[in-house]
Formats: sequence, C-alpha cells, structure tokens
Amino acid sequence: MTDSTANSTQKSGGFSLGSLFRRPEVGAFAGMMLVFIFFSYFGFDRNFLTPFGTSSWVNAASTIGIIAIPIGFLMIAGELDISIGAVVPAAKMTMAIACGFYGLPFVAGLLITFAIAGLIGWINGMLVTRTKVPSLIVTLATLFAVSGGTLFLSLLLTDTTSQALQSPAFAKFIFGDYHIWGFQSSVFWWIGLAGLLYYVLHYSPWGNWLFALGGDQESARNAGIPTEKLKIGLFMLASMAAALSGVCETVLSNSATTTTNFALIFNTIIAVVVGGVLLTGGFGTVAGIFFGTATLAIVQQGIGYTPFDRNLSSLIIGVMLLIAVLMNDSFRSMATNWASKKKE
Amino acid sequence: MSANTPVIELRNVDKSFGPIDVLHEISLKVRAGEVLCLLGDNGAGKSTLIKTLAGVHAPTRGEILVDGKPTTFDGPRDAQDRGIATVHQFGGTYPLMSIGRNFFLGMEPTKGFGPFKVFDRKKANQIAVEEVQKMGITRITDGDRLVGGLSGGERQSLAIARAVYFGARVLILDEPTAALGVKQAAHVLRIVNEAKKRGLAVIFITHQVMHAMTVGDHFAVLIRGAIAADFRKGEKTREEITDLMAGGETMADLEASIDGFVESHDGHYPQAQAAE
Repeated sequence: MTDSTANSTQKSGGFSLGSLFRRPEVGAFAGMMLVFIFFSYFGFDRNFLTPFGTSSWVNAASTIGIIAIPIGFLMIAGELDISIGAVVPAAKMTMAIACGFYGLPFVAGLLITFAIAGLIGWINGMLVTRTKVPSLIVTLATLFAVSGGTLFLSLLLTDTTSQALQSPAFAKFIFGDYHIWGFQSSVFWWIGLAGLLYYVLHYSPWGNWLFALGGDQESARNAGIPTEKLKIGLFMLASMAAALSGVCETVLSNSATTTTNFALIFNTIIAVVVGGVLLTGGFGTVAGIFFGTATLAIVQQGIGYTPFDRNLSSLIIGVMLLIAVLMNDSFRSMATNWASKKKE
Repeated sequence: MSANTPVIELRNVDKSFGPIDVLHEISLKVRAGEVLCLLGDNGAGKSTLIKTLAGVHAPTRGEILVDGKPTTFDGPRDAQDRGIATVHQFGGTYPLMSIGRNFFLGMEPTKGFGPFKVFDRKKANQIAVEEVQKMGITRITDGDRLVGGLSGGERQSLAIARAVYFGARVLILDEPTAALGVKQAAHVLRIVNEAKKRGLAVIFITHQVMHAMTVGDHFAVLIRGAIAADFRKGEKTREEITDLMAGGETMADLEASIDGFVESHDGHYPQAQAAE
C-alpha cells in the first residue's frame, strides 16, 4: 500500500508540472505582456499606444510572423531552414521582373514566384531527407546558392539589382496596402496563416504527425507516418511563406532589390525560440510562436517610442533569448528526469 | 482457416544487404495465443528479423505467410494493416506528447466534415485511458498527461495496449524488458500474458532468458543470423539456453576458464566481465 501512496503523490506532482509543460505559450504570453507594459509605460508620451504606434510594431511583426510559424513547424519537426533569407529577395525580384519588367499579369507573376519558392523548398527537403546532412548546412548552401542565383539572373535579365513594380488595385489591396489604423495587408495574412496553421498543428491529425516526427523520427516512420513527404512539405511551406512575405513587401513598396535579408533569418529563429519551441524538436505551439514574434517586434519597434537608445533593443532581445532558451532547457531536462526512470 | 494455421510464418527467409548476409534460412511460425521467444545475443540478427517481419525490409529470398497465404508487405503500414504490430524497445512513444495523442498516432480519430476534420481529443484520451487500464495500469487516469512522465514499463504497456486496440493479431515485442527494473519488467511480462490470453500471437525478442522462460511457449535461438535451436517449453533448462545463446561455448567452460585465471593470477579475478 505504501506503493500506491507514493504513486499518488508522484502523480499530483507530475500533473501540475505536466500542465505547465503543455502550455509553453503561457511563458511567451507573459514575456510579451511584460515588454508591452514596459514600452507602454516609457513610450506613452511618445504615442506608442496610438493606432500609429501599434501598427508600426504589428506591421513589423507580420513580415517576420508569416515566415516564423512555418519555421517553427520545421523546428518542431527537428529541422531548420535559413535559406528563407534568400528566398524573400528571390521572390521579390521574381515578382518585380515578371510583372514590372516583362509586364506579365499579376496573377501569372504570383504563380511563377510561388512555383520557384516551392521548388527551392522541395530541393531543401529532398537534400535533407535523402542525404541526411543536417538541415542547417543544407539550407546554408541553398541560402548562398539562391542569393547568388537571384543576383546573377537579375543582372542577366534586367541589368539592374533593383526593379520597380506597379501592381493593379486589387493586388495592392490584397497584398500591400495600408488598411484600418495603418495595418498592412500582411498583418491580415499573418493572422489568417496563424489561424490556419493553429488548426493544422493543434487540431488536425497532421499536427500529431509533426510532433511525432520531431520526437522520434524512426518510431514515427514505423507508425506508418510518411516522414519524408511530411518533411519535404514543411520545407516547401517555409519557402512559400517566405515568398508570401516577400510579395507583400514588394507590392507595398512598389520595388524589389536583390539584397539577402540575413537579419530575417535571426529574427525568425528568435521569434520561434522566444515562443517556447524546443530547439531539439518535438514540442511547441503556434500561439507561442505568435507571441514570440509580437514580443520581438515590440522590442525592435517600441524602442523608438521611448527615451532609450535604439541600440539597446538588441541587448534586450539578446537577454530575452537567453532567458527563453534557459527556460526551454529546464523544461526539457525536467521532462527527461521523469523519463529517466526507464534507465536509458 | 483452421485454428492450427500459424498466423505468421517465415519459410527459409534470407536477408542480405549488398554482399553482407544477415539472415540465413530462417523458418519460424507462431499460432494465435502462443508466445514465441526469439533469443539471441547482440548482433545475432534480431533487429533485421524484426524489421523483416514488420515489413520494413523485404526478404531477399524465401517467403512470409500470413494465415497460410504467401504475402509480401509494401512497407510497415501494410504489415500493420494486416495486423502485425511492432513495439520497440522504448515503446515508440514520444515523451513530449500526451497519452491520448501517442495512443492514436497515425490513426487519429477525427470529428467534423470535409477537409476541416478535427482531432477528437476527448475521445482519444478516453479510449487511451480505458485501454491502458484494461491492461492493468490503473495509475494512468489523465489522457492529457505527457508520456515523458510515465515509467518505462508504463510506456511499454501503453504501446502494447495501442497495438492490441488497433486489431493487432501478431505482436512483435523488441526487447521490451531490456531497460526495465525487476518490478517494471514483471509488469510488462504480465501484459504479455494478457495479450496471449486474448488470442494474440506474440513474438517476444529478448536476451534475458529468465523473462523468456516466464512467458514463452516456444523458443528459437538466433546465432549469427541463423536459427541454432528451436524447442518448446520445458524441453531445455535455463543453463542450456544461456549456453546456446553464448554461441555453443558453455557457461561451465567459461566458469572454468575464469577459475583457471584466478588460480594463475594470485586470486585476482579478470578485469573485464567474461559473461553475465
């Protein structure tokens, strides 16, 4: 009978911890509220809370967030994609060259852009699943290959590294205009995509497969899950999300340049990690990534509304990232401690 | 199909990877309600044999019969659809996923219409907890708990309950007790018995002779990819089986050589452990 008592105490302890583990977005939400209150206090006099101030960080969050959620999916599945830093300018230039330089219809430009992005994602996925080379290295290679290819083709086709694009009114409205309160179209894409991917990860059966893929790929394959197809699909999703973000930016600014966006790579990874996704895979939530992205954008944009030096934003983000990773690590080690009863 | 037809049977199965032969002329059969223990030391080809049975590898030569009919598997999923379930050493469970999600992985119950089907969490949790409790694990009451919080034995039990629930007729257990303590192992053995009582054919892979003898009806010893001995319960003693697994060198000989060592080394035992 002592056994059952021990078990019941163990259970209640495990239960409260377990419910904490299951909700990494609670931590991400608390972090977001903390920085939001901080910047609201110090930025109140400088209009941080006005529609203009709000839309400035929400707009910045949306361009990162559209990409961060699929990157988060990849990280949950145990992979990484840094080639998005080159896919964004590649998509922008494709759009601008197809519609601005060659005068193709807008929809045709969209199709070409997403086809190319899908192809890059497919190549990433095929290379990772077939060669078993770590995805960091594979996508580092495609980052440079795509970036070089974009520059080369732009110069070859148009003789310039930047290209103007005039979009029809409907395209402006859907992809790149300022709407109510100064929110960009990309904000609505971000929220829509977050909603769709929230359903996919947490409510559809596919979400289960994704967690299993990151938890133990071999067992997932044995359970009959098409692990390779799933991974290739995730890489394609990440590339196409990057293309969407790029299209929104190009249509908004009416121009595109070939410059590789290295900062975006770090921003997406920071957003995902601050959002509570385990670096080792198998765990994470869409809501967490959403809050993580918002936190990052509040710090990056909000600093301009406070009396503090702008450069301090990177310092704050660095500290936040460290705290988030340490919290993630303790999550994982506590989970491992539980499992250590099986004596691996 | 008569009651005596083996649920699964291998006839002269060979498996090679390129020039390397891993399995030679493996023939074995398991009937419903029977436990076949596959014994073998590390590297004897147990894993390859399991993967062949589970549809991961296709045999190079020979045939697999399910219910007496020659069959080829198109992959692990096909084998599963025919009722062959494999439970691996760590149960194929995912520490950071809930019990309900683990239980239904790859077979998720859904509700809703059209493309927007929703994973039915409540139903999944309820069935998972019920099935695991039926297997005698009463400690599991909350399907939302993460599997990382369960003990090794409970994780094994979850995996076995899962296989049974999804209509497994052949249960392949890959070293289910290897990483467990005495009590946990006893738990898993009880569940093996429970599965047998329910009329499943069980293939139990282990190198722990004691565990095998507790539940086995039929034993096969695998050495270097070939079946070295095939016998029924009670035909051999524990020592004989251990000797067979060690590759013919008898335990008595090993003990004698250790004794010889001790005598010639001023009463010191050898540094490395010669055998279990």
